[in-house]
Amino acid sequence: MKSLRSRYIRSALAAAGIGLFAGIALADEAPKYDVVDGGIPASLTGVAGNPENGKAAMLNRKGGNCLSCHAISALSDQPFHGEVGPTLDGAADRWSEAQLRLIVANSKAVFEDTIMPAFYRTEGLHRVADKFADKTILSAQEVEDVVAYLLTMKE
Amino acid sequence: MKKWTYAAAAIAIGGVVAAGAAAVSAEDKPMLTIDGETFTTHVKVPDDHPLAPEVISGWEYRTRETQALELDDFQNPAFLAVEQGEELWSAVDGSEGKSCESCHGDAAESMKGVRANMPRWNEAANKPWTLEEHINSCRKDRMGAEPWKWESSEMLGMTAYVGLQSRGMPMTVQTDGPMASWIEKGKELYYTRVGQLDMACANCHVDNYGKYIRADLLSQGNINGFPTYRLKWQGVGSLHRRFKGCMDQVRAKPYKRGSDEFVALEAYLASRGAGLSVETPAVRN
Ligand code: HEC
Ligand code: HEC
Repeated sequence: MKSLRSRYIRSALAAAGIGLFAGIALADEAPKYDVVDGGIPASLTGVAGNPENGKAAMLNRKGGNCLSCHAISALSDQPFHGEVGPTLDGAADRWSEAQLRLIVANSKAVFEDTIMPAFYRTEGLHRVADKFADKTILSAQEVEDVVAYLLTMKE
Repeated sequence: MKKWTYAAAAIAIGGVVAAGAAAVSAEDKPMLTIDGETFTTHVKVPDDHPLAPEVISGWEYRTRETQALELDDFQNPAFLAVEQGEELWSAVDGSEGKSCESCHGDAAESMKGVRANMPRWNEAANKPWTLEEHINSCRKDRMGAEPWKWESSEMLGMTAYVGLQSRGMPMTVQTDGPMASWIEKGKELYYTRVGQLDMACANCHVDNYGKYIRADLLSQGNINGFPTYRLKWQGVGSLHRRFKGCMDQVRAKPYKRGSDEFVALEAYLASRGAGLSVETPAVRN
């Protein structure tokens, strides 16, 4: 019955005009990092990631908006987990920190042809709307924060 | 296969809502039937079609409540636009003292089938013309009237009214001759990633239809219902407005309404969705 109800809540909210990915990205520095063995071993900022901030960045519909595609059991208090990507439960059992950093920064380097956006990349994009031009979706520190939160996803 | 789970779930709800009525079984999947006429919402297609095995109308992906609005013309909020279109049909405008009716008579006869094969090749313009362009060409050249803006209530009313005359007919756009290269160009655009989120139309509507992206259940993005009443818009909107909305979502710079790019996309999607019934004016959320 749970899934039945959620179908209705979803559509009610959609009708209320809460769209996907609306809004403004806040990002600063231009992406620069070294890829080693399918991962980014070094922190993008040198400042340790904060998992609580990471969770917030992942939930933010104008930021990571990761739930639009991924289900995460630890966030089951949040409505509307998407079905486009796999669940992120146990992500830290499957991937190293360096790999997770690359998946978030540039998913295309890990999953060829994936629908998942590259959250820390500005090159190789086309027809980007003016207000997002040359901006990354997440800032370098937000990527670190998201990785720190993903590292808590163990089963 | 996930989508059938949803369909089944929604049917179960239908059963709950119709409390007191006989139990609804899984076989009783609601059909798109308006005034006793049943519409084609599933079209079997060959293996080389991008949506094989079936092209499916967006109606099938909406909740039972939203679907119900389309089943009854008295509840379908788009009929306010249709009424406006009907009035404009016989309203004299412009320097020539004519209305649409002066040349075309009864729309139910003269406009039957028009929407079903849009966009249609126009030899003089050397490009496919959308319904909007046909309407504005009559206004300018035959009525001596001002063209309507693409998203004006007049244009939406007229495209809804003219489109309604094809309701239930299969979409059959011309695909050969000079249309072929436009359809090819539209296809290319459909598979090109754009925007900060770097997504193509096909990423959502071909690779992931039937799945939820956050609160939205993705359909195949078919165009047989336009202009459409959208709950989110609280009004009727054009197909090119929908295209723009999808490009905005991925943070791309949208093309303009009526641009060659959107006309090419329209031509491609019309050919890809061939066989679906015209549902104009549909209801979506
Ligand atoms: C538009 C859809 C979409 C969005 C938004 C998205 N992802 Fe993904 N993600 C995917 C898909 C699809 C895959 C599976 C890889 C593939 O085959 O394309 C994936 C894979 C992953 C994986 C590897 C999964 C595993 O456990 O093996 C991680 C980790 C991940 N995503 C994290 C994130 C984070 C963190 C965010 C937000 C900052 C995010 N994703 C946003 C679609 C998305
Ligand atoms: C990030 C995902 C996403 C992308 C990319 C996307 N769309 Fe959509 N589109 C949606 C959603 C969500 C809806 C509303 C639910 C539905 O019908 O799928 C929608 C609806 C539509 C509809 C209306 C379908 C109907 O039955 O009324 C059309 C047409 C459409 N999209 C075309 C396009 C085109 C053309 C592109 C590329 C320019 C595109 N979409 C890109 C998410 C997307």
